[in-house]
Amino acid sequence: MTTDTASAWSTPTDVEVAVTRTFAAPQRLVFEAFTKPEHIVHWMLGPDGWTMPVCEVDLRPGGTWHMVWRRADGTEMSMTGEYLSVTPHSETVQTEAWGEDWPETVNTTRFVADGEQTTVVQTMKYPTREARDRALQTGMKDGANTSYDRLAEYLTAQV
Amino acid sequence: MADDPLSTTFAALADPTRRAILARLAEGAATVKELAEPFAMSGPAVSKHLKVLERAGLVTRGRDAQWRPRALDATPLREVAEWTDGFRRFWDDSHRRLDAYLERMKEQEDDH
Repeated sequence: MTTDTASAWSTPTDVEVAVTRTFAAPQRLVFEAFTKPEHIVHWMLGPDGWTMPVCEVDLRPGGTWHMVWRRADGTEMSMTGEYLSVTPHSETVQTEAWGEDWPETVNTTRFVADGEQTTVVQTMKYPTREARDRALQTGMKDGANTSYDRLAEYLTAQV
Repeated sequence: MADDPLSTTFAALADPTRRAILARLAEGAATVKELAEPFAMSGPAVSKHLKVLERAGLVTRGRDAQWRPRALDATPLREVAEWTDGFRRFWDDSHRRLDAYLERMKEQEDDH
């Protein structure tokens, strides 16, 4: 079977960034992979070298979620948020924050069934265009080695 | 406040004045007085921001006892850059891993 496995990134509005990806699995399975800790810890890990020692998901409106990632050298990152709405197998809306003083995003994840395939559209909404652009500026381009330079440029541009 | 290094760095970066101070120091070391000039801020107000930056390891003090020039130490920024650069990579890599994981999920369901 041929499946386009590339994630497509876009900026639907001034304050949003979206990623669309089609998976070769039915909607219910994909929804569970995104929402059940027993599945999440196996894949939502980003680049190689990270594990997720903490994954708590209270999947209901008003329920909170908390995830902690850890690298072998001990570096940790944690994110927390709250589910604003949950429509089983088709949509979740949740807040996401990775630390005090950092803009909280509202993330909408849609699971669109297409036979045995499922297209997932993840939309992250930032409080301001500046906050989104900052995330894009540092995060939307490839190349870990050049990001340090970009951050320096960004700092200089703030003057 | 969370006390892991990355959170401390982010908290220090989360203020426009402190980012401007870092940008100024990226051009070279400067005294507190020099740093205060562009901001229409008092010396103590700038010192307060500098303390936050020093705690985050982003700014160091020179040995000159009289002027104590501050300098940028960009080491913590590398870690920030590594993480923020991962924003897109995070999902691209995770999605790729999910492809394989969903195959496992399907197999497990078929076994039941």
